[in-house]
Amino acid sequence: MPAVQETVARVREIDVDQYKYGFVTDIESDRAEKGLSEDTVRFISAKKGEPEWMLEWRLDAYRRWRTMVEPNWARVDYPPIAYDELYYYSAPKSTPGPKTLDEVDPELLRTYEKLGIPLREQEILAGVEQRRVAVDAVFDSVSVATTFKKELAQAGVIFCPISEAIREHPELVKKYLGSVVPTSDNFFATLNSAVFSDGSFVYVPKGVRCPMELSTYFRINEQNTGQFERTLIIADEGSFVSYLEGCTAPMRDENQLHAAVVELVAHDDAEIKYSTVQNWYPGDAEGKGGIYNFVTKRGDCRGKNSKISWTQVETGSAITWKYPSCILRGDGSRGEFYSIAISNGRQQVDSGTKMIHLGKNTTSKIISKGISAGRSQNTYRGLVSAHRKATNARNFTNCDSLLIGDECGAHTVPYLEAKTSTAVFEHEATTSKISDDQKFYCLQRGLSEEEAVALIVNGFVKDVLQQLPMEFAVEAQKLISISLEGSVG
Amino acid sequence: MNAEVRSIRTAAETALSEIFASAFAGLPGDSAVAERRRTAFDAFKAAGLPSRRVEDWKYTDLRALMRDAKPIAGAPDGVMIAAARGALAPYAAIDATRVTFVNGRFVEELSDLATAEGVSVTLLKDALVNGAGVEALSDGVSPAGNVAVALNAAFVADGVVVSVAPGVTASRPIHVANVQAGSEHAAYGRVVARVGEGGNVLLIESHIGDAGAHQTNSVIMLDVADGARAELVKIQDESLDTLHLATLAVRLGAKAELKTFALAAGARAARQQIYVSFTGDGSTAEIRGAGFAGASRHLDTTLVVDHDAVGCSSREHFKTALDGEARSVFQGKIVVKPGAQKTDGKMMAQALLLSEGAEADAKPELEIFADDVVCGHGATVGALDDELLFYLKSRGIPQKEAEALMVQAFVGEVIETIEHEGLREVVTDRALAWLTART
Repeated sequence: MPAVQETVARVREIDVDQYKYGFVTDIESDRAEKGLSEDTVRFISAKKGEPEWMLEWRLDAYRRWRTMVEPNWARVDYPPIAYDELYYYSAPKSTPGPKTLDEVDPELLRTYEKLGIPLREQEILAGVEQRRVAVDAVFDSVSVATTFKKELAQAGVIFCPISEAIREHPELVKKYLGSVVPTSDNFFATLNSAVFSDGSFVYVPKGVRCPMELSTYFRINEQNTGQFERTLIIADEGSFVSYLEGCTAPMRDENQLHAAVVELVAHDDAEIKYSTVQNWYPGDAEGKGGIYNFVTKRGDCRGKNSKISWTQVETGSAITWKYPSCILRGDGSRGEFYSIAISNGRQQVDSGTKMIHLGKNTTSKIISKGISAGRSQNTYRGLVSAHRKATNARNFTNCDSLLIGDECGAHTVPYLEAKTSTAVFEHEATTSKISDDQKFYCLQRGLSEEEAVALIVNGFVKDVLQQLPMEFAVEAQKLISISLEGSVG
Repeated sequence: MNAEVRSIRTAAETALSEIFASAFAGLPGDSAVAERRRTAFDAFKAAGLPSRRVEDWKYTDLRALMRDAKPIAGAPDGVMIAAARGALAPYAAIDATRVTFVNGRFVEELSDLATAEGVSVTLLKDALVNGAGVEALSDGVSPAGNVAVALNAAFVADGVVVSVAPGVTASRPIHVANVQAGSEHAAYGRVVARVGEGGNVLLIESHIGDAGAHQTNSVIMLDVADGARAELVKIQDESLDTLHLATLAVRLGAKAELKTFALAAGARAARQQIYVSFTGDGSTAEIRGAGFAGASRHLDTTLVVDHDAVGCSSREHFKTALDGEARSVFQGKIVVKPGAQKTDGKMMAQALLLSEGAEADAKPELEIFADDVVCGHGATVGALDDELLFYLKSRGIPQKEAEALMVQAFVGEVIETIEHEGLREVVTDRALAWLTART
């Protein structure tokens, strides 16, 4: 298996600290005043040149947020976050609103090059075998570049930073923003509604199959800065879109906050495939630094026979608090959740999904693979519910946990709520370690211990990896092995 | 999450406070016991009746289910005792040391306290005054602050203390029979049992109530020493207007063995809490249960199995059949503490929904802090298989009978594990009676 050997070779190349995206880009930036007040909200809104209704929407959320209490039910433990010590807006100073890629600060382009994210369209076109992916790159609080916009526009697809969508397509934004995750949804979503700075907006019109993969790449660079991105994807009747999201951050000693909101809306017969490779800085081996990742992701299968599929590979962040969900409202709609959550060092993951069956003949599938190593804690928390009128709702859930080392923890907290007798729910979960027999078999075939673990782990997560778009699957596979570095022996 | 702001006391909470104030002086026990009761009641007062915002009671909103607090029952009269005698008839064939409580009061004429050598069965009310009371009112296994347990410690007036000497196998089962007669009262009971090293005992706990609105609260504390074995069969067949709260707290030593089965056939709302703690290496526990509910009844099974020792195994299997607007709740949790290596745990919860309006909620949790373990859980919710039903009907079996056969097969799997033949029959008959009543 060459991929495994490559992985192992890669792991060896890397220094003691495995996180390879930990560099800082030295770039001048424009920041909001420290702390959070109505003025901060007004500042952000003004920076974005937003219309009045958007500002009101934000202020409304801000006032509500002030009355809310931070949730503490998740199995994560962290010191209180000083919300007034954070910067809520930071943007690279040099080129406010670049028109073309040539106007983008070369320092920024180099950053994305280092990260392996192609922003130059021609380079991608030159590569014969490479598939084309349109990228929206978000650096701290603003989107710096969006590629392939013209070509997408020809197909009728709108793919742009959300701040641009608020200006250019207010009717769509007004109609859909907050319709899946209302501003009052939860503490972090409300905070996001007040201060979100950028993110991606996608609209796929009726009957259009989006001609390429869409992708957003998030990068936190600035110190003490929170990143609050907001993504809104709408797939109109009979359309299809596949969207990828990737994230990294520099290595810093202090913790950084990331509170995003993602809303998906699928109309009749539409399908949205949303894949995430989350690789925020997880902190060092002793748990110093790292990103606090508090994310609200929710998809609304609004139309008949619509489908939303979440795939996530979670390897980064000091704390992950994230439950991508599907509201299966349309009759015959389908929700899927495939997840690999890997924790090492002192990472804490509390993640899972919600499948809320409201329409008739709705189906959902959950495959979750948790791998804990080092001194990490990894929790799967999920809800499957069928309401009275959700006749013939069907769910299959499979959560497996793998433990590597005796100082980590793996937990499963599923909730099943069936309010109709026609619902059929099946849930199974297992927890185990890599068995000595499996390891022995690999060793006697000449693999080293590290190779053996990489092979077994890759086999363990195969069901989920298969759901990722091909180029991401290869990347994710490498990432998994790197994340587990140091956990063997 | 949101700090519970408690300003308004519910009618039930106010009534409980008044009942406690007036009953306190008359409750048996020395000064240490009185102190223990007061602490327990203060804990309840601080927390109040849990609502669904308390995670542990998310699906069983006790504040809504318990609208009022019934007064503690007085001594049963002749009519009540005669009624109780009738209610105990199904158990007549089971030869056992029998301790009968009617409305929470010990009734000697319905009891048989004779025991074999090495086995002692005494009343809790005596223990409460002879210095062993505080220990008998503190199980140390159930979670601190649990309201059902706290209320029991505050109010319980009588119960049974069972002791099996080391190496002794109790030749007769010990049957604690609780009968409710009359209406509008509350009854508290507690069983404190200890099985010495290498001992072996079968305990039976039954709750019977024919009619009337009652509130019952029972606690069983079971301590199984090294190499000992205990089997416990509980049959809950309260009147259909009863609020039944029950707690089983078990501590297992090394190489010990526990086997329990709980049938939930009665009550308007019932919650069975089971807490099992493995404190010694190499022990096993089999924890099973079956439940039936129709109308708008509510059945809750809450279970925590705490593996805090090496090489222990636990099996949990619960089955519920629901009709009408009934609702079942299963909250089960397997905890594997750091260092509890070689743990083998398997938990299964299955609910069968026989009617459109039935509802099943399940929350099977795993909490694992050790790596060399094999743990799993499963949960299923669904209706009867149409194809199987069709098969039976095509053989000329009417719909309801076909359903009954399938439900019988469904719950049979757990009922069959009861080793005592007579008891197995009592449970099977009760299941059949429920199924017949459906048709």
